[in-house]
Amino acid sequence: MTAGPMTTNASAGETAHAHDGARKLVMMANQIGTFFESQGPDQAVNGTADHIRKFWEPRMRKAIFAHLDAGGEGLAPNVRAAIERLRKAEKAS
Amino acid sequence: MSLIHETDYGTPEAKNGAKTEKTVTLTIDGMAVTVPEGTSIMRAAAEFGTQIPKLCATDMVDAFGSCRLCLVEIEGRAGTPASCTTPVADGMVVRTQTDRLKRLRKGVMELYISDHPLDCLTCSANGDCELQDMAGAVGLRDVRYGYEGEKHSNPGVDASNPYFTYDPSKCIVCSRCVRACEEVQGTFALTIAGRGFDSVVSPGMQEDFLSSECVSCGACVQACPTATLNEKSVIDIGTPEHSVVTTCAYCGVGCTFKAEMRGDEVVRMLPYKDGKANRGHSCVKGRFAWGYTTHQDRILNPMIRDKITDPWREVSWEEAIGHAASEFKRIQAKYGKGAVGGITSSRCTNEETFLVQKLVRAGFGNNNVDTCARVCHSPTGYGLSTTFGTSAGTQDFDSVEQSDVVLVIGANPTDAHPVFGSRLKKRLREGAKLIVVDPRRTDLVRSPHIEAAFHLPFLPGTNVAVVTAMAHVIVTEGLVNEKFVRERCDWDEFQHWAEFVSQPRHSPEEVAKISGVPAETIRGAARLYATGGNGAIYYGLGVTEHSQGSTTVIAIANLAMATGNIGRPGVGVNPLRGQNNVQGSCDMGSFPHELPGYRHISGDATREQFEALWGVHLDNEPGLRIPNMLDAAVEGSFRGIYIQGEDILQSDPDTKHVAAGLAAMECVVVQDLFLNETANYAHVFLPGSTFLEKDGTFTNAERRIQLVRKVVAPKNGYADWEITVMLAKALGFDMPYSHPSEIMDEIARLTPTFTGVSFDKIAEMGSVQWPCNDKAPFGTPVMHVNGFVRGKGKFVVTEYVATDEKTGPRFPLLLTTGRILSQYNVGAQTRRTENSVWHEEDRLEIHPHDAEQRGVRDGDWVKIASRAGETTARALITDRVAPGVVYTTFHHPMTQANVVTTDYSDWATNCPEYKVTAVQIAPSNGPSQWQEQYGELVRQTRRIQATEAAE
Repeated sequence: MTAGPMTTNASAGETAHAHDGARKLVMMANQIGTFFESQGPDQAVNGTADHIRKFWEPRMRKAIFAHLDAGGEGLAPNVRAAIERLRKAEKAS
Repeated sequence: MSLIHETDYGTPEAKNGAKTEKTVTLTIDGMAVTVPEGTSIMRAAAEFGTQIPKLCATDMVDAFGSCRLCLVEIEGRAGTPASCTTPVADGMVVRTQTDRLKRLRKGVMELYISDHPLDCLTCSANGDCELQDMAGAVGLRDVRYGYEGEKHSNPGVDASNPYFTYDPSKCIVCSRCVRACEEVQGTFALTIAGRGFDSVVSPGMQEDFLSSECVSCGACVQACPTATLNEKSVIDIGTPEHSVVTTCAYCGVGCTFKAEMRGDEVVRMLPYKDGKANRGHSCVKGRFAWGYTTHQDRILNPMIRDKITDPWREVSWEEAIGHAASEFKRIQAKYGKGAVGGITSSRCTNEETFLVQKLVRAGFGNNNVDTCARVCHSPTGYGLSTTFGTSAGTQDFDSVEQSDVVLVIGANPTDAHPVFGSRLKKRLREGAKLIVVDPRRTDLVRSPHIEAAFHLPFLPGTNVAVVTAMAHVIVTEGLVNEKFVRERCDWDEFQHWAEFVSQPRHSPEEVAKISGVPAETIRGAARLYATGGNGAIYYGLGVTEHSQGSTTVIAIANLAMATGNIGRPGVGVNPLRGQNNVQGSCDMGSFPHELPGYRHISGDATREQFEALWGVHLDNEPGLRIPNMLDAAVEGSFRGIYIQGEDILQSDPDTKHVAAGLAAMECVVVQDLFLNETANYAHVFLPGSTFLEKDGTFTNAERRIQLVRKVVAPKNGYADWEITVMLAKALGFDMPYSHPSEIMDEIARLTPTFTGVSFDKIAEMGSVQWPCNDKAPFGTPVMHVNGFVRGKGKFVVTEYVATDEKTGPRFPLLLTTGRILSQYNVGAQTRRTENSVWHEEDRLEIHPHDAEQRGVRDGDWVKIASRAGETTARALITDRVAPGVVYTTFHHPMTQANVVTTDYSDWATNCPEYKVTAVQIAPSNGPSQWQEQYGELVRQTRRIQATEAAE
């Protein structure tokens, strides 16, 4: 079903949305990771983690953590490390 | 209140008058007068209170010396020189009123009047006519040559322009209009055709005004001393009787205007000479396009409905506000505190924006607040605060008068920031050099008396590569200002950056392959910027609205630091802001991660300050940004939104996703002047007020805080800030204010860069640029003067990453979007004015080569398809765009340009990548299925239930 302008609810399947949501978050996280990777080895993980911590609302962070738990498909290595670090820090606090 | 009349000194200030130390002293009518060297006698006399009669002189243009009315006698000089063209000299003895001068002036006036119709009583300039004034001033009592004025050429009135008329019979051929068009506006649309009695003002090649290249800025009308060029509103209504100084509500230039009134009817808007952003100039929008404020489409009563498929039902304010509040409370109880949020508006005042974010943070108890800057200048905030330490431009607009090289990147100021465009062009005509970095050949690249030294028409999306290649040239050719960098910036970071940009892969020769800009052009531009004197950068959304928007802003900042072009007049990095109060809405804490003054919400000390004053606990986590809100809505965790003065359905990218997000919400509250596109999905509509109907402040692109003054009572009953206060109260959070000045006082208490700001101070000074505090009590025209706000300037490496939005066989062309002079953003205001005569529809610009390949002729309907969606528009074939690139504007809702744009966004801020969409173009028969369905939706959702007549 293609959503037209008259579609008044988003019932095209929760899983499809969750999947789409994760895809978008992975893309966004990787974009951030790409920038900080170019800033040198100590920024690649730290910078990415900081940026996500500073700008992502908790439910976005929760969703990316869940995606990590589900295998973290598509995450660049430095981004994966950043998200792991972030989750550890958040669990500790 | 009365009509505000600025003094007309007859000629402009002496060139660099304010800056030159040298003064001369002369005697005028026996009084000693001291003025800057280079001042005209006319101006010197005016500064000391003597108005020498004049007709062809006015201080908005240079002296011309044609009317011969301003004659004076100078001791020791023969004849009677014109005081407008004669500069003062030390010891000069001038007489402005002698028998001989009186006789001569009377004679001159007699000739003028003999050639002028004397229908003064029914003339639209009656009471506002300099010819009439001068006849009185010289004591004209008789005209020996007759009163008919029949000899004067009269080809008839030209009423083609929607806002003013040209009546040649009233023309005295003073050329003030011609000179205003050249010197102030810089369009060169006017000339005087014919000779002697046949002389007439000729727009273009003897065309009418509308068909000519006239841009309707109004400068000629303002300059005209008679009724020759006169506002239609004055002809219609009559002369105004009082005026109020206020600030334009269109673009981020922030022009100061006098609203000239008769009772509560606006007669005209005249640019105010003391306005520090515009210096007495205006554009077609601010000067003329205010008709929307009284347009019949304005909604004046609150309305609610259960479902968006229901017709609207008009209700009382109490009911509408009560309904919205109870819905928000219900949603929060059911789905959680974070299930609602708000959007502040860059069109509203600082005070109103501050209140919306306060309502969200303190009333909703979350930080889900964002603003339309998300989709325009959020990368500026990130990029400039990272490198310099402040999220704002570094200069005032006056600064351009001292620039030697101007680098314009991804901005089209003559269309989108017209008054700044005119000020820039004036400086270019004086000899400053210009570099334009833009995929399109904008007017600045080549127009009358303006030619860019270099135009870099890069392929959309390669900005970072091009700016980094310029840095490569500057570093590898030894053009770095090392003294500046060593003193002001972090040297280690600089060295790391210099090493990075020096890599061969960043050379112009390599970058030419991806950007399409010849290496020599990049080299030439970089050399000119680095070595041409004061180098100033102005940029716009062509920089920010990319997946690497923030990186380009950083690259620009690097360039300015490396060349030492920061911290004094004439240089700097200047974002041109789209809407009137983008700067202000960002300053006021509209971003979900930041409290007012750009302080992160997680900072305990800052948050506690707000908590103490507001008496509530604030969440320390960043909230959702607009695209995140829409994603969360589609996913089901975000269910209600309060949108003040923004039309996200039309302005935000990937319309289908925006529509799905809005449709998924249970309570959408829209506060606006009109039933905008977003309101099609709203459940509560709260009618808003215009800038003429409220008090407050706007902050323009120069960080200049200016007063917006209430000129008429709000037609909807309340100013927007009052509506937010009512909604907050219904939510259980009281914020009692009796006037917006009290809100500004609160902002000043809470924001370190605003501590010295108050309505009283702004009123006294006319305007003030933040930071305004103990360290800078009168504000800060130029920033980073003795060092960067963050301490040391930070060089950051800028790796070019190609956007994921790539052309390929299915979508081989790159679509980029932009604005046009006569329309403003989503067009909600300007489409409801006569401005539509210039731009009735959005057109798709396409290069002749691409058009021919596809069998598209000029004016044909074409389908524009991307992977996000498709829409249609009529083609405009032009070589302004390069082959492979197409361009359109987004001012008309039925164009649905954003159905085509994608959900890609800036890596740092989620600012959408409007400027790069891979598309295919094909001939089409008419509107797409989406456009047709959307048309039906609009028809359905804008229905308003007829109220039953009271018996």
